[in-house]
Amino acid sequence: MSEKKLAINEYLKTDSDYLRGTIQEGLDTAVTGAFSEGDQQLIKFHGFYQQDDRDLRNERKEQKLEPLYSFMLRARVAGGVCSPKQWLAVDEIASNLTSSNSIRLTTRQTFQYHGISKRNLKTIIKDLDREALDSIAACGDVNRNVMCNPNPVESKLHQQAYAYAKKLSDNMLPHTKAYAEIWLDDEKLVTTEGEEVEPVYGKTYLPRKFKMAVAVPPDNDVDVYTNDLGFIAVAEAGELVGFNLVAGGGMGSTHGEVTTFPRLADDFGYIKAEDTLKFAEAIMTVQRDWGNRENRKLSRLKYTIVKHGYDVFKAEVEKRTGINFEPKRDVVIGDRGDRYGWKQGVDDNWHLTLFIEGGRVKDLPGQPLQTGLREIAKIHQGDFRMTSNQNIIVAGVPAADKDKVEALARQHGLMGKLISETRGRSIACVALPTCALAMAEAERYFPDFLTKVEALQDKHGFLDQGIVIRMTGCPNGCARPFAAEIGLVGKAPGRYNLYLGASYEGTRLNKLYRENIQETEILAELDGLFARYVAERETAETFGNYTVRIGVVAAVIDAAKEFHG
Amino acid sequence: MLLKELSSLASPLSSGQVDKLKQFTAELSAVQLAWVSGYLAATSEQGTSVVPQATAEQVITILYGSQTGNGRGVAAELAEKAQAQGYAVNLVSMGDYKTRQLKQETLMLFVVSTHGEGEAPDDAIELHKFLASKRAPKLDKLNYSILALGDSSYEFFCQTGKDFDVRLAALGATSISPLVECDVDYEEHAAKWQESVLEAVKPLVQSTGASVVSIASTTQSATASFTKQKPYTAELLVSQKLTGRDSDRDVRHVEIELGDSGISYQAGDALGVWFTNSAALVSELLENLSLNGDDQVSLGSDTMSLRDALTNKKELTQLYPGLVTGWAELSQNQALLDISTDKALVREYVNNNQVADLVQQFPASVSAEQLVSLLRGITPRLYSIASSQAEVESEVHLTVALVEDEREGVARFGGASQFLASAEEGQQVNVYVEPNNHFRLPENPDTPVIMVGPGTGVAPFRAFMQQRSAQGIAGNAWLIFGNPHFEQDFLYQTEWQQYVQSGELSRIDLAFSRDQAHKVYVQHKIIEQGETLWQWLESGAHFYVCGDAERMAKDVHQALLDVVIKFGGKTPEQAEDYLETLRAAKRYQKDVY
Repeated sequence: MSEKKLAINEYLKTDSDYLRGTIQEGLDTAVTGAFSEGDQQLIKFHGFYQQDDRDLRNERKEQKLEPLYSFMLRARVAGGVCSPKQWLAVDEIASNLTSSNSIRLTTRQTFQYHGISKRNLKTIIKDLDREALDSIAACGDVNRNVMCNPNPVESKLHQQAYAYAKKLSDNMLPHTKAYAEIWLDDEKLVTTEGEEVEPVYGKTYLPRKFKMAVAVPPDNDVDVYTNDLGFIAVAEAGELVGFNLVAGGGMGSTHGEVTTFPRLADDFGYIKAEDTLKFAEAIMTVQRDWGNRENRKLSRLKYTIVKHGYDVFKAEVEKRTGINFEPKRDVVIGDRGDRYGWKQGVDDNWHLTLFIEGGRVKDLPGQPLQTGLREIAKIHQGDFRMTSNQNIIVAGVPAADKDKVEALARQHGLMGKLISETRGRSIACVALPTCALAMAEAERYFPDFLTKVEALQDKHGFLDQGIVIRMTGCPNGCARPFAAEIGLVGKAPGRYNLYLGASYEGTRLNKLYRENIQETEILAELDGLFARYVAERETAETFGNYTVRIGVVAAVIDAAKEFHG
Repeated sequence: MLLKELSSLASPLSSGQVDKLKQFTAELSAVQLAWVSGYLAATSEQGTSVVPQATAEQVITILYGSQTGNGRGVAAELAEKAQAQGYAVNLVSMGDYKTRQLKQETLMLFVVSTHGEGEAPDDAIELHKFLASKRAPKLDKLNYSILALGDSSYEFFCQTGKDFDVRLAALGATSISPLVECDVDYEEHAAKWQESVLEAVKPLVQSTGASVVSIASTTQSATASFTKQKPYTAELLVSQKLTGRDSDRDVRHVEIELGDSGISYQAGDALGVWFTNSAALVSELLENLSLNGDDQVSLGSDTMSLRDALTNKKELTQLYPGLVTGWAELSQNQALLDISTDKALVREYVNNNQVADLVQQFPASVSAEQLVSLLRGITPRLYSIASSQAEVESEVHLTVALVEDEREGVARFGGASQFLASAEEGQQVNVYVEPNNHFRLPENPDTPVIMVGPGTGVAPFRAFMQQRSAQGIAGNAWLIFGNPHFEQDFLYQTEWQQYVQSGELSRIDLAFSRDQAHKVYVQHKIIEQGETLWQWLESGAHFYVCGDAERMAKDVHQALLDVVIKFGGKTPEQAEDYLETLRAAKRYQKDVY
């Protein structure tokens, strides 16, 4: 076999002694708030990214100061479920050890901190560990936080689905002791030759990130088709019996490179619940062995499936599991939004879904959201569930506590504001100033942008109808913009690509409609389209479907061929 | 003179020395030559004078102990005047004076300043101690006079001068002219003292006409041609904030262009900066006193508008006790009268207020003439130079902390720091170099250096590192820096990173006091790294401290003592002696203020 030049990260992983690298030396170097370049890749596997305040780059250069480095640490919280006690710890850390003084709920049902200084990383990780929380594999070329529908109504089914999400998460965790050694001061283990430290991952882990989600129909809040591997729960008589398995989804792409594209997962068929881990491991190992390790832009599972072909890939998975896929079961794929307000579960407990704009839990003037959640956590007996729409559910509230919880929520501005159907379904990534990839604003600008869209909807008389709108600062796609009816992806400050035509449910991708345009042009386009939509739509036709039917954009079914061009 | 023309006839060197010099200099590049010339100049300034000293009977010995250079200036002036009158003079820094010579002296004139809480300046410490010790000889042959410099806003005003006076008298010496105490505006008193001592020496010393004069310490260059009294009008190039936007301090990096002035300075020197008071402050004062800025006032022999006098000639941002007592009488305000009768209260008031505060808090009616006569003359501020000419050539860089204070909603600024911080590119600024021969890099480039400079105290170490870098010295340099916050207050961070990267700075220890629950300062780093530090000291390292005198320098001294006791296995007394030996060997140098 000829020596191929691998992506630089592959050598870093190989030489890192199972993700240790020189992270410890980096921590001991006080003259900089940064890690060395190589370690910056490795720390992702430990759950955090190095970032810097991009707003201040030039200013600090003049001040003879290095960039304002800080770290974004993302926790691993399978299915987004945490206890009130854990929440209180998470909250305290945010207040004491981060410069953003906030908790950011993510689109993958976990929380992350922004603005951690290097010197505080260890303290934070230790504090999280004390509450049985960690950030292992929250980023990096491994299986990431496993999502799971937090369905508050079907409480029993949710429990069963959640149990699988947790199992998947635990099972796919890297085995290296690097995390415990570096952050928790566990004794340093010497890796001996031939020792199998990572039985599944091996020395070089996966070629790229790997995302999994468990959906419980009819909800598709987890956007199951956008994942590398998705499990759609199939129930019989209210009991989980198995899953429709989907694989090969992923949002990330690069502007201007048509070999890269977002893709939705393919349906592979039905599997029995007890075979879940077997299939997950088989698909992950096929990706481990077949995935592209030369070019990181083409290394996600979606490209592996496209390259080898659906049938070949499927056969390999069946060979590795020794089990054939059964035909997929009929399930309803419905709404991707959350169910705001109080809902009663089948177990009679109540669940309160709170809208958190941009997922940012922070004390704002007149809206002390962080304080509000803290106060609720102090009296709450159930659990908290972070949703894939960056919201939070106060779950499992006994009827007797309902009024108390609601009073606290109202008192702190967590409840009581009318949220439009569109706003309630729309998400944005963090972007500027901290994300290194962002080319344009997202989180900071999105609320104002939505207000303008709402005004247009109002003008055309359909404000009561929700449109899934998503905005990201770059085509990496953290807020899953390519699965939005209106997708806005940053190109340059104030400029976005406008994508249209995804289905409301997240079963069809969108397509580029206008490139590199500014707010006025975006709004003018939407104004025109909304006018036509209201006049021409069929009964119950969603905006995304309408734009495809009348040919504003072509439908994207085979993303590799149809997303571009 | 060109090298090839150098001969033993035209120089004070022997022919052998000339040959050696020729041989050595022939090997040097232009840059090396330039450095050597500077190095030799510095060495000769440091008092290893090759000029033989005249015999004691014929010579007036003028000794100065000076921290900021004022004392040295007065002493040099006196030496020149004495010389002009035909006296043989030996002008020498107390730091370079051999105490065993004392008993042969017959006529000595002292100029010595006092710092902080009655402390002697660095170069006077040893002599001050010696005179108070049992080793001090009988001095009944000696005639002397003392000029004491000080700042009356401090409690132990002119204490060092007074100490000298008491000790010399106790040792049997005769005062030929009484001790004169000078406040910050010392010029007039100093001139009078010079006159009276020169009068007093007449019957004691024979004027010889053309005797050997050794004035080792005056700088013979363009640097000296621009002085405090005759500064160079330079151009400000940059006033760049160094602290981050969330810092609670405003520290500036200031670059000044010396143009073709020919001014040269060495790493370790200070720059004297004249400034003008802010227009807003002057207007506020005029308004509060209901005075017209256009009124003419006389200052000495000059006449100018009151506004002009307040802006350019008078000290507005530093109070002095005399003004407080004077104002108390004018205002007849009981509260102020009460303060003015208690020295401690006056001092506290002076330290926490400016002229504008005094005027606002204790209204009084005053005429323009009265006001200017009450106010002290403006004095330039000294800043440790933060650059080396080996790197920045005709520029000089400063690290300036904007002195900023809020009193009852009104922001008050330090005069010079506000002037520099708000200065715009191209602004004119009057400056002069104040040499500091007591803060110099080691002569031997291989000698390790430990530099302790928290806050703006890091300034001269930037100069040191530039100098060492230009000389190609790698390693053997250790910086200990501290400030409140890593992200906001790491002055010159990117430059230190480069020196660390290149290996020119071999160690850096950082004390960011407010980045953790307990406060960490540079002295804690010294103790934490005690073992290594002791090894460095034992391998001959020079130890430098720059910054706050009141607390930091004392804490650092104590930390050093602790290190010497712990790792050197010494008793506290032995440790003091150890540091004293370092100091005497110029291996423990301070630039503190």
